[in-house]
Amino acid sequence: MQKLDYLKETPSQTAGPYVHIGLAPGAAGFDIYSQELGWDIAGPNAKGERIRVEGIVIDGTGSPVKDVMLEAWQANADGIYAHGEHAGEVEEGFRGWGRVITDFNTGEWGFDTIKPGPVPARGLMTGVRPAEEEEMQDAYGRGHAGLRAMAPHINLWIVARGINIGLNTRVYFSDEEEANAHDPVLNIIEWERRRQTLITKRSERDGQVVYRFDIKLQGEDETVFFDI
Amino acid sequence: MKPGEFYQRDRRWHPAAYDKDYKTSVTRSPQYALISLQNSMSEITGPVFGHNDIDPIDNDLILNYAKPGESPIGERIIVHGRVLDENARPVPNTLVEIWQANAGGRYRHKKDTYLAPIDPNFGGCGRTLTDENGYYFFRTVKPGAYPWRNWVNDWRPAHIHVSVFGSGFAQRLITQMYFEGDPLIETCPIVNTIKDKAAIGQLIAPLDRNATIPLDTIAYKFDIVLRGRRSTLFENRLEGN
Ligand SMILES: [Fe+3]
Repeated sequence: MQKLDYLKETPSQTAGPYVHIGLAPGAAGFDIYSQELGWDIAGPNAKGERIRVEGIVIDGTGSPVKDVMLEAWQANADGIYAHGEHAGEVEEGFRGWGRVITDFNTGEWGFDTIKPGPVPARGLMTGVRPAEEEEMQDAYGRGHAGLRAMAPHINLWIVARGINIGLNTRVYFSDEEEANAHDPVLNIIEWERRRQTLITKRSERDGQVVYRFDIKLQGEDETVFFDI
Repeated sequence: MKPGEFYQRDRRWHPAAYDKDYKTSVTRSPQYALISLQNSMSEITGPVFGHNDIDPIDNDLILNYAKPGESPIGERIIVHGRVLDENARPVPNTLVEIWQANAGGRYRHKKDTYLAPIDPNFGGCGRTLTDENGYYFFRTVKPGAYPWRNWVNDWRPAHIHVSVFGSGFAQRLITQMYFEGDPLIETCPIVNTIKDKAAIGQLIAPLDRNATIPLDTIAYKFDIVLRGRRSTLFENRLEGN
């Protein structure tokens, strides 16, 4: 028999306790690069509502995980990702990608960005439009009028010592009830109660919009993680 | 070409989240099954980096933290290779970041208290973009082995931590590179979170005599493979949408 000549993906290994040296050396305690990457997700020109997303990562004993690195990947307020094929379609300086680490003492992390818009869902990408999608059209399509969209969300990737392969999850927003209710990703989570682990609570602090997103690696209300 | 969806990740090739012999994973491994998602725009797109993001010296760990005229202690090495996808196609212009201990096995990190000394001329991190053929290289010193708290007498084999992006967020990967012939590889609980010997082999860089600089620097070759993309699904995309 012939052999398929695909390569195998390089296997993952934990980022370890000193991930900061490579990816956020300032936090490790030294200055080496003229600029560290990932500190500004949206840039100064981004349209949309300025928000802060913050939280803590909690392990199976209920303790904060203090050596986590999180990366965020999000669309702009029009639901467009700053990907190569969209060059020029997002605001100057909008990268949509960010990297944060936790406070070594408290485990708190947070990033400032803009609230993303709805993003085209899978049915749209492939041109497949099952019948049930027809009725979901319209309301969810700021920037994609008439086409099915996913509710606004930020994609997160989480690595740390003890995490053998990065964990993928999504931040949804509590004030997008209607869009969340029809979101195709939230809806494939069979256990409705678990969907709530992805929905951040909106609040205001000193005039700033803050969403709280605590991530539970284990236990009751373990956060939903995706195999993407 | 429009970016396609990615081939399913082979989770049996990667380490499982939970591994009792790597103790820290016990309380940091999700217990529920992952929810499988077919790719949407959120997964097939990813951040783009350019030469404005980094400096040319960033891939030279022998120079990027050394005082003028000095250099770090240790065996001078080149680490080079290509970033490919599972279709064996090069991944160009992608960000590769590395970090490592110094030749004595000590990290420049305020949380590392190992008794080996800090090297005043060694920072321990570097980054670069692959070229149009997916090729990258770093110059550094070979990191030392170091002990760590797991079982009472565990030692990490010499290793370099590697972070790679690819062109879609679903390709994001952090791994570790090991060195050919290191006897500590076989007993390392972190290495052994990977159950397939062939998969472990993919993390062991062979000595590459063809890439050494005679009388100067020895070389290891480390190719990195990211998930491959399907290319057909977008051909029937509804145009104008
Ligand atoms: Fe290490």
